[in-house]
Amino acid sequence: MEKPLTQHIVPGRAPLSLKEYEKVGGYQSVRKILKEMAPADVQNLVKASDLRGRGGAGFNTGLKWSFVPMGPEAAKPKYLVANADEMEPGTFKDRVLLEGNPHQLIEGMIVAAYAIDASVSYIFMRWAYKVAAREIIKALDEAYAAGYLGENILGSGFSLDMHLHTGVGRYMCGEETALLNALEGKRANPRAKPPFPQVSGLFGKPTIVNNVETLCCLPHIINNGAEWFKGLSKTGDAGTKLYGISGRVKTPGCWELPMGTTIRELIEEHGGGMQDGYLFKGLLPGGASTDFLVEEHLDLPMDYTAIQAAGSRMGTGTMIILDDQTCPVGFVHNLQHFFAQESCGFCTPCREGLPWVEKILLAIDKGEGKPEHLLTLDFHTKYLGPGNTFCALAPGAMEPLQSALKYFREDFERHIHEHHCPWSKAKVWQPSI
Amino acid sequence: MLTTEEKHKIDHEISLVPSPKNACIEALKIVQQSHGWVSDESLKDVADYVGMSPAELDSVATFYNLIFRRPVGRHVILVCDSISCWVMGYESIRDRLYEKLNIKYGQTTEDGRFTILPNCCLGTCDRAPALMIDNDLYRDLTVDQLDEILEKYT
Repeated sequence: MEKPLTQHIVPGRAPLSLKEYEKVGGYQSVRKILKEMAPADVQNLVKASDLRGRGGAGFNTGLKWSFVPMGPEAAKPKYLVANADEMEPGTFKDRVLLEGNPHQLIEGMIVAAYAIDASVSYIFMRWAYKVAAREIIKALDEAYAAGYLGENILGSGFSLDMHLHTGVGRYMCGEETALLNALEGKRANPRAKPPFPQVSGLFGKPTIVNNVETLCCLPHIINNGAEWFKGLSKTGDAGTKLYGISGRVKTPGCWELPMGTTIRELIEEHGGGMQDGYLFKGLLPGGASTDFLVEEHLDLPMDYTAIQAAGSRMGTGTMIILDDQTCPVGFVHNLQHFFAQESCGFCTPCREGLPWVEKILLAIDKGEGKPEHLLTLDFHTKYLGPGNTFCALAPGAMEPLQSALKYFREDFERHIHEHHCPWSKAKVWQPSI
Repeated sequence: MLTTEEKHKIDHEISLVPSPKNACIEALKIVQQSHGWVSDESLKDVADYVGMSPAELDSVATFYNLIFRRPVGRHVILVCDSISCWVMGYESIRDRLYEKLNIKYGQTTEDGRFTILPNCCLGTCDRAPALMIDNDLYRDLTVDQLDEILEKYT
């Protein structure tokens, strides 16, 4: 089984130095594009590979690039940004790539920057990834010294600067337009679209923001071709995927596997099955802002298409398991506390609605819920849903809530009728601030 | 007053962006690194230096979770309170820290050694529960490990 993105990552061992990385074929894709391919060729190849954004939205990467104005008339400088803000609760896949093989990311970023003719690039990384920051700074120095970054790369005439920017903590920074505001030294509020960042992004110039895992796929697509990339998958969605599992399984972790590996295989073979004494109750397939899936979905392939057809989203592909001994109301309450806290406060439904949802869930969890509370929660899932808020934060927050109300409604009702949490008292989620 | 060294570092950040204002978050980070937090006085100094009003800069400073606008201890403990850590029982870790240090979230020990704060998902969910102290990440935590961990920080 091919694992292109993680083949050179050994947990507990330092990442490959530039010399070692070159020895295993590193930076070959940069040599290839600079010598043999025009930016349009790179765009077309990536479009043909069906690579879809690994940050969660799943948009075709080559197509996203194609909206960037090209040619001598296009505004300059153009920017490429790697979104390494990984703050989606339950998500830890980009950390593996950042800490494990920083040169692969830099190589992927050079490919992407060349494809859109960008001359400045940023890695926007969350503050918490200290090891990754150290490794990336080291790798950037090596790449500059070897002439893969800077002026006139490998004598091609193409120039690219690359900077690491570490954030100061806010979930909103993962939203691409909010990320651009953060990079500009502003509050990370989302921007109105249009104009899209491809046309008017960082400092008002054409900008592409791609996820770390997406960028890490690029060198391999350049080296091996679109058909090879599609052939890595078990289903119609191309490539491999970094899947992860957290929660009460025996061996939680992160694994690169063919796209379309089933949920059951992920949990049972890679996650080692449920821990003794715990039964599976449900899961969020790709982070906190995805809809619950349950037992009936276990044989679905984890890809964009199948998970969407089941009413959820693959999101980041890192799943969080809900076990039978964890209260589903407490679980959702924890999520809504996070979303309420991280709302930027810019638009009213999100700023006011999410704390309301959180308060109701706390009341239900404490046994103070009323039957009409469920209707208020239902109301919120509708009015904080897509189209009613400025960005995707609140609609994302409503995904686990609406699906919990669908699959675990009886558990909500039991809290209300029995006036206490049927799970152990210690499991009542009580944020202390 | 910004020190010469702080000004030098901020000047470097300003040189990388179109307008000095664009470097304001970096400037706040620089000041926080030397003082541990951003006081009203520091905020005003930075605002003057990058050409913003203090109010505008404070709207940025208070937006971000890790710009501290109140004094913190010599070491900041950030306890992950997000979903995977909750499922894996992080509350026992938090409660033990409360008990040992005799403080709660948002408070600093009397000797100024530790401040404890809740924090969003640290991105290490397969090894929950987790926390960070300053730049160090601790994971697969059990309450028995806490004494030994805290001893490293004086």
